Amino acid sequence: MSEMRGPAGPGGPSVVCKCECDDVFLSKVEKVVSSYRGRPEDLVQALHDVQSLRNYLPREALRVVARTLDVPESRVYGVATFYSMFSTSPRGRHIIRICESAPCHVAGAAEIIDSLLDELGVEMGGTTSDRMFTVETSSCLGVCGVAPAIMIDDVVYGNLLAEDLPAILRRYR
Amino acid sequence: MAFYRAHVLVCGGFPCVAAGCRAVRDAIERSVKEHGLEREVRVVETGCLGPCDLGPIVVVYPEGTVYARVTVGDASEIVDEHLLKGRAVRRLEYTGHLPSVSLTDDKRTDYFEVQERIVLENVGLIDPDSIEEYIGRDGYHAAGVALTSMSPDEVIETIKSSGLRGRGGAAFPTGVKLGFTARAGADQKYIVCNADEGEPGTFKDRLILEGDPHKVIEGMVILGYSVGASMGYVYIRGEYYLSIERIERAIEEARKYGLLGADMFGSGFNFDIEVKKGAGAYVCGEETALIESMEGKRGEPRQKPPYPGTCGLWGKPTVVNNVETIANVPPIIRSGADWFRQFGTPTSPGTKVYTLTGDVNNKGLIEVPMGITLREVIYGVGGGIPGGRRFKMAQTGGTAGGCLSEAHLDIPMDYENLQKAGSALGSGALLIIDDSHCIVDIACTLLRFFEHESCGQCTPCREGTRRLCDIFRKTRELAATEDDLKLARELAEVMQSSSLCALGQSVAVPLFTIMDHYADEIEAHLEGCCPAGVCRRLPTGADEAVCATSQTGGGIK
Repeated sequence: MSEMRGPAGPGGPSVVCKCECDDVFLSKVEKVVSSYRGRPEDLVQALHDVQSLRNYLPREALRVVARTLDVPESRVYGVATFYSMFSTSPRGRHIIRICESAPCHVAGAAEIIDSLLDELGVEMGGTTSDRMFTVETSSCLGVCGVAPAIMIDDVVYGNLLAEDLPAILRRYR
Repeated sequence: MAFYRAHVLVCGGFPCVAAGCRAVRDAIERSVKEHGLEREVRVVETGCLGPCDLGPIVVVYPEGTVYARVTVGDASEIVDEHLLKGRAVRRLEYTGHLPSVSLTDDKRTDYFEVQERIVLENVGLIDPDSIEEYIGRDGYHAAGVALTSMSPDEVIETIKSSGLRGRGGAAFPTGVKLGFTARAGADQKYIVCNADEGEPGTFKDRLILEGDPHKVIEGMVILGYSVGASMGYVYIRGEYYLSIERIERAIEEARKYGLLGADMFGSGFNFDIEVKKGAGAYVCGEETALIESMEGKRGEPRQKPPYPGTCGLWGKPTVVNNVETIANVPPIIRSGADWFRQFGTPTSPGTKVYTLTGDVNNKGLIEVPMGITLREVIYGVGGGIPGGRRFKMAQTGGTAGGCLSEAHLDIPMDYENLQKAGSALGSGALLIIDDSHCIVDIACTLLRFFEHESCGQCTPCREGTRRLCDIFRKTRELAATEDDLKLARELAEVMQSSSLCALGQSVAVPLFTIMDHYADEIEAHLEGCCPAGVCRRLPTGADEAVCATSQTGGGIK
């Protein structure tokens, strides 16, 4: 399990990243972002690519991105924490996104959310102890025609009933 | 090109993908192969066919037979019976009020009768991954005409006189917008296609991009030519994996065919397109926030003016248009402004693509002329409210749109009339809600969305959305007072006049329409009662309060 302190404000404590940021990982990060060298405008894309390695953005990796793209680390951190698809804390292997918007709400999303959290034994935003799943709320997934829906990684499951959940989750376990 | 005696179209719109269409497609392909029919029958994954709640949908041509809710197990029966023996599988055939989703004219039924397909003319009919099929449907003809026989000014004039207005929400006249950028002097200009579709209940842009990506590319080429831009960007939500895949493949194809790149149609005009992925921020649908995000920054809106038309991406003149707006451009150039004006109303010409969701029988994607009434949509195309329940509310235009009550059912849906009713066409989302829902609970959901999506840059929006959320949560817990609601109204007014961008400014739209049209229901909550029987007082040791008039019965306190 990794641990990360922060965010550090100006003059705050220096951040110690005890995650799995070993040299192998960091060299992978370097490789992934090398095509964006000196291109600050590709920061969002670069973060997407880095995140695809471990499903989150470790602080050390952000440093590599900052150095390679030639952007201040503060800006990299700012961007990494602005967008909901990015996470600076460790997440599970699979990200489950649940839509809480009105069309899903009307179709009974609340019940699905309760069952899912129950099934996984986590709170919203949490990661299961085996680090398989992280559950996050998402804004509209754009599949309202089959609401309520959840998205696991890049696969959407629509017209959901609470009783469908165990079978769906089993496919990932 | 090979000739096939039958085509099997499997709807590959995202809702159908979610319903399992890919497995069905594979099963049909397998069965076709097993029977050695692969040279006679072609299986095609198309864009969205419309009625999403019937998915996975399969249509067999030339008959135009529609099969709804097809499972993997049904695949071999369809191949055995229909394709081999020529007998439609009656058990699976959809013959109900909805439709043969047949796109051949003789089979059009109710669902398609009121619909006019301009933007969606190819969606569901062609293989979106095939540029040939698009070209076969007059694709890239408009771009050819524009680049070789029209001046940029003529293109802009045509779009101006068509009366096309922005379909993303702001409804700004597209031709006028192009005029600003065309007149701006600069060495570089940009066209940006706004596909950051985040408005809850909206998925039209996704289905346009996934069903007919070349139309968007062609539209961008024409817009680029009209203002003198040589570079275009499609900014897509990061969560729209399939849209990204399809548009990237389409761009690649277009380049191969010389329909993007240098000296297109021998006109000397150069244009190329790149895809930029978002990363999950509703506010990036706002054009200046989108531009910030494209520059690799936090998606925080810019102060306007200057508008992007003169100072946008990298400080250069930039046209930012919604996917649907851009998809209207090729048909307008191809068939002319007068042709376009025969649809819709004089002040809101053309059609509008809506996504119908919530408590309605036929959920999905529709395209109807401007000016059709809400009643026609809900009880006609939408097939009414399920379970014999009563209509309670329709929210038009997404979460930032207004909430209309029964009294508004006969208002023609166009820019002017909806604005008069305190709402907006917005993104084209139509959320229908029946009388089993409580208006305060719905308001909570809407406000929670704004609270979550406020980018935090300006104080009125950041703090206002949070306070409004608190107040309505308190109302839902049957603990609010009249003063709380007064404060809510005051807050929303301040947000409307002082927020930096449309996100904060538009919170008042749903809020005021709800507070005005459902005043009695909200009032009841102040007196400790939820007429719909949804809201409960938080248990504080005392027994849970149940409303006297609620469906669950029981006494107050």
